[in-house]
Amino acid sequence: MEAIKTHIEQEHIWTLLESVKDPEIPVISVCELGIVKDVIYSDAIKQVIITPTYSGCPATKEIEMTIRIELDSHGYKDVEIISQISPAWTTDWITEEGRKKLLEYGIVPPVTASGKFGLMHGEVIITCPRCNSSKTKLVSEFGSTACKALYKCEECLEPFDYFKCI
Amino acid sequence: MQTNQVLIDTVLRIADNALIHGHRISEWCSKGPEMEIDIALTNIALDHVGRSRYLYQYAATLIGNTDEDQLAYLRDAWDFKNILLVEQANGDFANTIVKNYFIDSFHVPFFLGLQSSADKQLAGIAEKSSKEVKYHQTFSRDWMRRLGQGTELSHSKLQEAVDHLWPFSGEMIVADDVDAVAIGQQLIPDINGIGVYWKAEVQALMQEIGIIISENAWMQSGGKKGIHTEQLGLVLAEMQFIQRAYPNSQW
Repeated sequence: MEAIKTHIEQEHIWTLLESVKDPEIPVISVCELGIVKDVIYSDAIKQVIITPTYSGCPATKEIEMTIRIELDSHGYKDVEIISQISPAWTTDWITEEGRKKLLEYGIVPPVTASGKFGLMHGEVIITCPRCNSSKTKLVSEFGSTACKALYKCEECLEPFDYFKCI
Repeated sequence: MQTNQVLIDTVLRIADNALIHGHRISEWCSKGPEMEIDIALTNIALDHVGRSRYLYQYAATLIGNTDEDQLAYLRDAWDFKNILLVEQANGDFANTIVKNYFIDSFHVPFFLGLQSSADKQLAGIAEKSSKEVKYHQTFSRDWMRRLGQGTELSHSKLQEAVDHLWPFSGEMIVADDVDAVAIGQQLIPDINGIGVYWKAEVQALMQEIGIIISENAWMQSGGKKGIHTEQLGLVLAEMQFIQRAYPNSQW
């Protein structure tokens, strides 16, 4: 019975984490972004392992606080939140569902695997999330946040964010 | 427990470079020549300051009886171990770009090498930083090209900036005695080896954009040992003001 209870609670914690959205991009969860790495749940150890994205990301603290509140308000006060910087977060960990949500929201998801760095300046085609044109132009490597670059579409003339590959 | 002073100094050197450089670039906030550049520079600054936090948190555990905030806000200039290059005033946009380009071109091979550090914490921090500094270098290198191959005015301002900052490049790419021990302990990669690579990269770019590099061999130094230019005093006066005027104040 104990093992079943533990399993149910662990599943519950994952469900709660899936409801925690990124503060900057409120349509995607911290699980879909690959920020939540693991939930270790047993009598001996109760831990949620998270990983920060960019070194200076100002949302890191907020995400941790939101997870803490979510856990506490559902009775999981004894679950520790551990922030692990290694292995380093990579956009490869963004789920397929997450990438779809980013695109629907108007942010183009990373188009290549993180191993390939030559993705600015015409080496990779970034298509406009609104009109699908490939006639897009990089405006700045750093957009509204450190993780995004700013592009503009030369057909529909709208600007848009591109989630950089890292 | 035996404290490894070389490890502490090494961590602080990398941390102080990150904080002081990050702080200097953040001074462009609301003053960028274009909005996109303003946003780019402040985001780059965030990356550096973020790295400094990981390093100060680690240094605090090694030193004991202190924390990241005390290390950042309560040390005086002679205790900072950043290289002189990063404390220099931003000056005009060309000067900032050259400063950034010099340090970014050092950071790329440095953090790549640091991923193999015998110290697991440093290796972990290097893994994150390595990816970020590649984007920094793309930004600064592209601006070197735009300014160098832009107008006569942008080219001459860039040349002036390179002339001004060149004497600060040596301290960055030459290992001192503390670096040598750290390299021996495999805490950091071979600085001198990185220096060879750095010179090749920089000379190739300068040739491409028609910028002349001074033949003077004399280089400024002292920062790593806490002997700083007057610039650091100005940085700390602004950066540390609130903590010193209102001790223990919290957000």
